[in-house]
Amino acid sequence: MATQTFLDANELVLNMGPQHPSTHGVLRVILKLDGETVTGTDCVIGYLHRGVEKIGENRTYAMFAPYVDRMDYVASISNGLGYCLAVEKLMGLEAPPRAAAVRVILTELNRIASHLIWLGTHALDIGAITPLFYTMREREEALKIFENYCGARLTTHAFRIGGLQYETYDGFEEQVKKFCDDFEPRVDEYETLLTSNRIWVDRLKGIGILNADDCKQYGVTGPMLRAAGVKWDIRKALPYSGYEQYDFEIPTCESGDTYDRYIVRMLEMRQSVRIIRQAVAAIPEGAIMAKVPKVIKPPMGEVYVSIESPKGELGYYIVSDGTLQPYRVRVRPPSFVNLQSLDKMAKGGLIADIVAIIGTIDIVLGEVDR
Amino acid sequence: MRKLLRTIFLMDLFQGLWVTFRSQHTKNIYTEQYPAERPQVAERYRGAPRLNSNPETGETLCISCDLCAIACPEQLIVVTSERNPETRRKDLTEFTYDVSRCMFCGLCEDACPVDALELTQDFELAQYNREGLIWDRQMLEEGPKPTQYRS
Repeated sequence: MATQTFLDANELVLNMGPQHPSTHGVLRVILKLDGETVTGTDCVIGYLHRGVEKIGENRTYAMFAPYVDRMDYVASISNGLGYCLAVEKLMGLEAPPRAAAVRVILTELNRIASHLIWLGTHALDIGAITPLFYTMREREEALKIFENYCGARLTTHAFRIGGLQYETYDGFEEQVKKFCDDFEPRVDEYETLLTSNRIWVDRLKGIGILNADDCKQYGVTGPMLRAAGVKWDIRKALPYSGYEQYDFEIPTCESGDTYDRYIVRMLEMRQSVRIIRQAVAAIPEGAIMAKVPKVIKPPMGEVYVSIESPKGELGYYIVSDGTLQPYRVRVRPPSFVNLQSLDKMAKGGLIADIVAIIGTIDIVLGEVDR
Repeated sequence: MRKLLRTIFLMDLFQGLWVTFRSQHTKNIYTEQYPAERPQVAERYRGAPRLNSNPETGETLCISCDLCAIACPEQLIVVTSERNPETRRKDLTEFTYDVSRCMFCGLCEDACPVDALELTQDFELAQYNREGLIWDRQMLEEGPKPTQYRS
């Protein structure tokens, strides 16, 4: 038997990140490699930890609302909606129908914006640079609507507890309708660039398979779960903010690989346009703010509210001790839960596929670390 | 044969160039020539804070009620005032606003009962040092003066 030399040792430990452009922020993945094959991964998170949950314990309910926007900053409106719904449930309030309709429109626009930035960066990671320019162009149109509506583009703070602070501006409906009309042919444009592109298909098909059972075991939600064939969407299962009035479908695929997740997100964007069209055609008249006391002081108790954010189930668990400040705010971030399935998907794959798999989870590190 | 002719006359190249040429229309150009050409931000844009004064008399609208300082999540507003013995009202003496810690959430603006504090459309807030970002009353009333570049 030949003696072992250092040349025989073919295991290599490699750090990917935290400054790697394909980790979408400051994620550090320690890879254990056997040649080009990945035999194990370990995620190191916390580089963007700001202690949002602890900040929540030191702020009043109204003051904490701008901070939740800064968790998942590409889908800040969804974050704000979840928080507002949670506090409203705690206080036994309900936003008026007009506020609910405007909330749905803005949240769905934000879902499109979030999926667009995912599509652009994911394609960029894999090597298709062109879609990024197109997706940024369309995202700009959505961000302009946010800017016109509430005055900020990214960290919007658009909703308040009990309804809306701002009335819709003149020409809001026209601008949203125009966005829908312009956007639908542009999804087709992306699909011509990518869906049947041979390099794209070769890089994505059969990579990072996560089947339905694994998804359920890891608690994975959102487009990743739907790509594995599970028809689960909180907008349908536990409707909030008037989603039960709108007619839309839950797009699903079967195999749960990276390509299917791409397809699911593309179909979701089309469904979002469908919801926006229905909502904008029938914005009810009336008040935009429920009767909220000047000082928000919810009764003692606890509440858990989850919504379907672009990345999956976003939940807020708030414990109130009857004072002005929450006793505890716990966030169930979809990115954080989805990220733990990385090891399962990456094991046995090639090192080049890691980039595709991280991209397809659609993580935002602000939300993972909070 | 057809394919050969297409290859000889570089038809694919011209087809591609036509797509490029079509996108040259000014309607399709999205790039902004930023410092020379300033974007028009929305009317409700939440940018630099401003302390409004009455345009006729020049007196400040602020009644030193301190509601903005209470509403601010970052506690970056400091309002000082002194009681005027004649009118029995509070007169504003100093108003400090730390823009470096501001996240432009708009809660101070919502809290203001007299529309004195307002977040304006000015978005160029860069300074050479951190002290420059702590704005006093004069700075808040005048607003930032960004450099204008000729286009």
